[in-house]
Amino acid sequence: MKQEYTITIFSENSIGLLNRITIIFTRRKINIESLTVSESAIQGVFKFIIVVDCEPDRIANLVKQIEKQIEVIRAFYLTSDEILHQEIAMYKIETKALLETSMIEGIIRRYNARILEMTHDYTIIEKTGHKAETQELFNQLKPHGVLQFVRSGRVAITRLRKELLSDYLEMLEGEHRLPVIA
Amino acid sequence: MGAQTKKIEHITGSDALLQSLIAEGASTIFGYPGGAIMPVYDKLLDYKGKLKHILTRHEQGAVHAAQGFARATGQVGVCIATSGPGATNLITGIADAYMDSTPLVCITGQVFSPLLGTDAFQETDVVGITSPVTKYNYQVTKADEIPAAIARAFYIARSGRPGPVVIDITKDAMIATLEYNYEPCNYIRSYVPEHKIKRDQIDKAALLINSAQKPLIVFGQGIILGNAEQEFLEFVNKSGIPVASTLLGLSAIPNNHPQYMGMVGMHGNAAPNIKTNECDVLIGIGMRFDDRVTGVVSKYAAQAKIVHLEIDKAEINKIIKSDAPVLGNVKESLPILTELIEEGKDYKAWIDSFQTCYDEEHKRVIKEDLQPAKGKIGMGEVINVLNSITKGDAIVVTDVGQHQMISSRYTDFKKTRSMVTSGGLGTMGFSLPAAMGAKFGRPDRQVISISGDGGFQMNLQELGTIAFNKLPVKIIILNNNYLGMVRQWQELFFDERYSNTPISSPDFVALAAAYKIDGELVTERETLKDALQRMWDSENTYLLEIKVAPKGNVFPMVPSGAAVDEILYGDERK
Repeated sequence: MKQEYTITIFSENSIGLLNRITIIFTRRKINIESLTVSESAIQGVFKFIIVVDCEPDRIANLVKQIEKQIEVIRAFYLTSDEILHQEIAMYKIETKALLETSMIEGIIRRYNARILEMTHDYTIIEKTGHKAETQELFNQLKPHGVLQFVRSGRVAITRLRKELLSDYLEMLEGEHRLPVIA
Repeated sequence: MGAQTKKIEHITGSDALLQSLIAEGASTIFGYPGGAIMPVYDKLLDYKGKLKHILTRHEQGAVHAAQGFARATGQVGVCIATSGPGATNLITGIADAYMDSTPLVCITGQVFSPLLGTDAFQETDVVGITSPVTKYNYQVTKADEIPAAIARAFYIARSGRPGPVVIDITKDAMIATLEYNYEPCNYIRSYVPEHKIKRDQIDKAALLINSAQKPLIVFGQGIILGNAEQEFLEFVNKSGIPVASTLLGLSAIPNNHPQYMGMVGMHGNAAPNIKTNECDVLIGIGMRFDDRVTGVVSKYAAQAKIVHLEIDKAEINKIIKSDAPVLGNVKESLPILTELIEEGKDYKAWIDSFQTCYDEEHKRVIKEDLQPAKGKIGMGEVINVLNSITKGDAIVVTDVGQHQMISSRYTDFKKTRSMVTSGGLGTMGFSLPAAMGAKFGRPDRQVISISGDGGFQMNLQELGTIAFNKLPVKIIILNNNYLGMVRQWQELFFDERYSNTPISSPDFVALAAAYKIDGELVTERETLKDALQRMWDSENTYLLEIKVAPKGNVFPMVPSGAAVDEILYGDERK
C-alpha cells in the first residue's frame, strides 16, 4: 500500500541540484505530489519539501539515493503525524458575485479565509490549511464562479524542537571531518 | 630570505585546467579536439613531457580508455572532449563508469557562456544530460572557478565509492585569465565519502560470523577499490571461510587460493551459487547484490543471516536486507573484524561440500569447455591454453557477451587489478579501448583484450590509436560469426528464432594489416597454442582472430527469474 511521505532535504544552494533530485524520482516512476524549495533557518542551507505517495519499503532507499547526492547535506522522510504542514491557496472571484448575496461572505468567515485584495472587478481570497481544507473552500466557492485558483506546495515543520539538521551541522563542526551516521 | 608571499601567476583558464590536472597527478589523458575545446588543445602543446595526450579515434574510445587506465592503475582516469557530439559520445562510458564505480574526470568543452541556452552550434546541455550517470557534475563559466572545480572533481571521483565526474567548461572561461593558485580539495561539507566505522556494527558482524557453521564470503570490487586486498586476504586466511567473487571482484584474491570457490552469478560457478542458498551466514564484502548475482531476490540466501560490509550507505538494505551491516571502507573495517573472529574454525565438511558441486559442474560443463573432444575450437579452450602461457600474469580486458563470461569463469588471476570488464552496464565495444587505456597505465604488464566478433566491431576504430602509438596490446577476437550471447538466449528462450544475431565480419587480420598491426588467424586446434605463444612473446601489437564454434553456449546458467540454486547445465534437453 502506498502511503504519503513528506521528504525534507537540506542542501547547498547550487544550480542543477534540483534536477539531480527530481531524476531520482523520475527514474523510479514516482510522481512528485508537491515540491517547495526555500532557504532554511540555517543561512546558506536550502530546504526542499517534497510530498510523494510511495510504498513504505521503497521510501528509505529513495531517500538514501537523495542523500547520496554530493550537494545534499541530509535527507529525511516523515509521515504526516510527525509533522505540521500547511499549504496556501488563493481564489479569485468576481466582486459582483460577492456583493450580490451574503453567501460568499459567510463561506469566507466559516473557512477562516481572508480577503487579500478587492477591486471593482475581482476579489482575491486567501486560505491557509491542509489540502483537503483549501479544496473544500474551492468546492464551496465554485458554484459562485472562481476565475482563478492556485495552491502552493506543502511547507512542513517537524514536531522536534530544533531543525533536524542543526545537531548534525554542530557535530560536523565539532568533529571537523568524517561525521558518524548510522 | 624573508617571508615569501605565495607566488600568484596570471594564466589562461586553459593553462589553469592543464596545470590543475598535472597537480592532481594526471599523466596520461585521452581525448578528441573540437571547436569548443580548442583553447585547451592549443595549450596542450605547451605541456608536452608533463601531460601526455592520447588522440583516440572516437570520444567513446577516449572515455573507455580512461576507464581502462583507472581500473588497471587505481588512479583517476581523465578524458577530454568538445561540446555537443563530443560530449554525447562520452555518455556510454560515463554511464559504464558510474555503474562500475570507476573514478573518472571527464572534461567537456562548452559554447561561449552568452550562447548557453540559445541552441548554438554544438551546444548540448551536458550537465543535464550527464546528471543521471555521474557522481557529480558542474559547469564552469568563469576562468577563476577552474582550479577549484578540478580539485573538487578529483576529490569526488576518487574518494568514497568512486565514480565519474563531468566538468563542463565554457570556451570563454578557457580563454579568460585568472590568478592561479592550486589548492587540493579534501573536504566538502555536504559530502561524506566514508563513514567512520562503528564498533558496535563490527561486534555484531563478528558475533554472527563466529556463530556460523556454514558461512560464505561473497566479495566484490570494493576490495580492489579500497586497496584492501591484503586486509581481505588476512581475513580470509584467519577465518578459514570459503570465498566467492562477483564479476568485478575477480583478481582481488588469487584464484588458486584454497578457499576460493569461484564466481557467483548468472554464469558463475555452481558451487558458490548453490551454497549461497545453503549457508547460514552470508558475508557480502564490497559488493552490491546486483541482480545478476542474486537471481530472484526473494529466494536469495533466504535462510542465511546477512553481514554486509559496504562503503556506500545507499547500498545497505537496497536489495538484500542485512542483519549486520558494517558501513565504511573495507580497508578499515576488515582488520577490526579479522581481530574479532575466531581463528581456524573447522569448516572442513562445509568446504568439502563445495567440491561435490564443483565435480558436478566439471563433469557436465567444465571438462568439455576446456578440452573439447572434437569439433571447432571452444572459447573456454582458448582461455585454458592462454592460462598455460600467461601463468595468470596478464591484465585481461574483456568485452561483453559469451567470451566475457567464459573469460571470467576460466581465466587464472595471480595479481589484483587483472580483470577489466564492463559489468553493470554491459557495454559492447568496451574491450579494445579499455585495454588500450590499461596498457598506457600499466606498460609493465601484458594487457590482453578479448572480444567477440560483434563487440570488436563496435570500437575497432581504436586500432588506429593503438597503431599510431605502437602500443603492444594483445588482441584476441573469438569469432563465432554470431552475437553469441543473444543467440544463446534466442536458442534457450525464444524458440531458436535467430533474429539478427548472425553477423558478418571483415577479415580481421587484413584489417590489422591495414593498420600495420601484426595479426594471425587461427582456425585449427593444433595451431592454437603456438599462435597464442607468438602473440604473448611479440614485442608489438598483435591481433589474433580465432574461429570458434558458432553455436557454443555458456553454462552453467541461472536463467533470469530463477533462484541461484536453480541452475541449467545445458545438458538437460539431451
